[in-house]
Amino acid sequence: MLEIKNLHVKVAGKEILKGIDLSINPGEVHAIMGPNGSGKTTLAQVLAGRLAYEVTGGSVRLDGKDLLAMKPEDRAREGVFIAFQYPVEIPGVSNAYFLKAALNAIRKYRGLEEIDAMDFVSLVQDKAKLLGLDETFMKRGLNEGFSGGEKKKNEVFQMAVLEPKVCILDETDSGLDIDALRLVANGINVMRSPKRSMLVVTHYQRLLDYVAPDFVHVLVDGRIVKSGDADLARNLEKHGYGWIVEEAPRTQAATT
Amino acid sequence: MVSKSVLQEQMANQEYKYGFVTDLDMEMVPKGLNEDVVRLISRKKNEPEWMLDWRLRAFRHWLTMREPKWSNVHYPPIDYQDIIYYAAPKPKKPVKSLDDVDPEIRAMYAKLGIPLMEQERLAGVAVDAVLDSVSVATTFKDKLAELGIIFCSFSEAVQEHPDLVRKYLGTVVPFNDNFFAGLNSAVFSDGSFAYVPAGVRCPMELSTYFRINAQDTGQFERTLIIADEGAYVSYLEGCTAPIRDTNQLHAAVVELIALDNAEIKYSTIQNWYPGDKQGKGGIYNFVTKRGKALGVNSKVSWTQVETGSAITWKYPSCILQGDNSQGEFYSVAVVNNYQQADTGTKMLHIGKNTRSTIISKGISAGYGRNTYRGRVQIHKGATNARNYSQCDSLLIGSTCAAFTFPDIQVQEPTAQMEHEASTSKIGEDQLFYCQSRAITPEDATNMIVNGFCKQVFLKLPMEFAVEAQKLIGVSLNLEGTVG
Repeated sequence: MLEIKNLHVKVAGKEILKGIDLSINPGEVHAIMGPNGSGKTTLAQVLAGRLAYEVTGGSVRLDGKDLLAMKPEDRAREGVFIAFQYPVEIPGVSNAYFLKAALNAIRKYRGLEEIDAMDFVSLVQDKAKLLGLDETFMKRGLNEGFSGGEKKKNEVFQMAVLEPKVCILDETDSGLDIDALRLVANGINVMRSPKRSMLVVTHYQRLLDYVAPDFVHVLVDGRIVKSGDADLARNLEKHGYGWIVEEAPRTQAATT
Repeated sequence: MVSKSVLQEQMANQEYKYGFVTDLDMEMVPKGLNEDVVRLISRKKNEPEWMLDWRLRAFRHWLTMREPKWSNVHYPPIDYQDIIYYAAPKPKKPVKSLDDVDPEIRAMYAKLGIPLMEQERLAGVAVDAVLDSVSVATTFKDKLAELGIIFCSFSEAVQEHPDLVRKYLGTVVPFNDNFFAGLNSAVFSDGSFAYVPAGVRCPMELSTYFRINAQDTGQFERTLIIADEGAYVSYLEGCTAPIRDTNQLHAAVVELIALDNAEIKYSTIQNWYPGDKQGKGGIYNFVTKRGKALGVNSKVSWTQVETGSAITWKYPSCILQGDNSQGEFYSVAVVNNYQQADTGTKMLHIGKNTRSTIISKGISAGYGRNTYRGRVQIHKGATNARNYSQCDSLLIGSTCAAFTFPDIQVQEPTAQMEHEASTSKIGEDQLFYCQSRAITPEDATNMIVNGFCKQVFLKLPMEFAVEAQKLIGVSLNLEGTVG
């Protein structure tokens, strides 16, 4: 399980996360919602291990291990997967080559042998079929010339192949048309498993029409100000974030 | 040529692994250069009068020449009187067969992954090994001879095949071509010679392995390859040198001649000692390589992977003289630490319907400076000539530099020219993305570099492509260069 305790994070000297507490048990899907600038992406990035995000307090544990002490590649090897909001392009390195390298790095870390080339091909075919994707994109350069939607689908595809313990999806729904949204949501749903913890970061309710979360948390100004079930998300969609921001305890004034 | 096991070992240590010195009993001429030294070299090799004359003409002309200063590389002046121009291991007895090769030399090549005993050879590769100034052994000679293919040391060719040597020597790179070619013509000590007779397709890779061992010596080898009408040959050269804190000069000349319907494919994996991290020592690799597609429908193809040397100054070129002839240049040049490379090609279109392709990939890391310099000339009368050029630069880190100097001269209105160029940098974002997928920054850089070089690696003979890939990972010494 993933346990975040009193997490404080600074970016460029400014405190963005001001004490996050969140536990995600295996089998659970949590959604984090919040207005722009509330710290949603910061949370995803800091879990991924990006350098520019400075942890000033608190802890993150994955099955009891100190996640924050690990290099980004070791976090991935331990089973953390972040589907990024803006995946990068790497021309000249094919999606297939990249994904195989990633899979083998994880396997090696776990003391397994490298995957056989033929097994990899059939794995890719199976997962593509599961997600309803055409696997011909595997031969193209990594995200090279992909549309925003194609990049997001590729993230979900990588997730399906790497089979992580913890999935963190950072606004994977943003910028998608309805078909792409359904495809991505389907990808998340097929990944739901009693062994897997999932955290879906989103700005809009619409993804949650397809992916039913067990818990919804509202992030405002670096704090989780409200937690609830899927109904909370629907309320937010109806009434916006305003009422929660109003309701939130005004502790900020006291601390400054 | 470098064997896999040696490279794997090298990967583990991430350092220049060929830097050892073998203690051999050497025969050397004193430092310095004058006519007496030229005569001495010629005499040592028991050369005929015409060969000595050619050397002396070259030497006298060289005295009138100046070292070129136009290249985009910087180094202190070279004292040409402070170099030993001839060094040869003293044979314990005359070398008549491979079994007679000095065991210490054999052990040295074994250490490099080049066993000289034929039965131990990689199937399908014949090797001529050149140590300092002399050719030590040539494998598979008899098997090749059955097909009429001559593959031997240059010295032996001068003795055994003087007509062929006289007919073609200097016809592609004349001794007055440039300063370093002139120097080579005067003092060259050995090298390789290959002749593939009409209609014969050489069934194996021919390969030369160059090794500088002795201190303060220059290496000036000369290679001459002739593919007669309808012949085909693929040739590969590899190079290493010991670690020394002084710079050593390597000024080679390679001439290729393809007659009607003939094809020569020449591949180089250059891994001379590049100097240390502070830029001390290393080989000055000042080389003239040129192929003449003399006959109709002939083809000359250069593929080079340049990872070594402190300074590389090298432009493997094609003279496309025959109608419908083709020239190709595929290059990967890597510079790291304080290495400098000024490399590229010349494609001279003279015949009708001639075609040329240039794919150049430059990778710069550390404080390296990498320059692509290319000239494409379409001469008057070279109707329907076509050229496609692509030069891409990849930067790793923020202290290196890449330069591109393309020069296109067209005197024929029917010519079709294409030129593409790009510069990219391995970004933090790319590396982080790879890390988030369990791939270390070093492996990620390797992967991105290999993706960048793929077009060129595909042109190398299969087993060497794998080696080239590993070698680049090693020469980029990936740790600490990223960021």
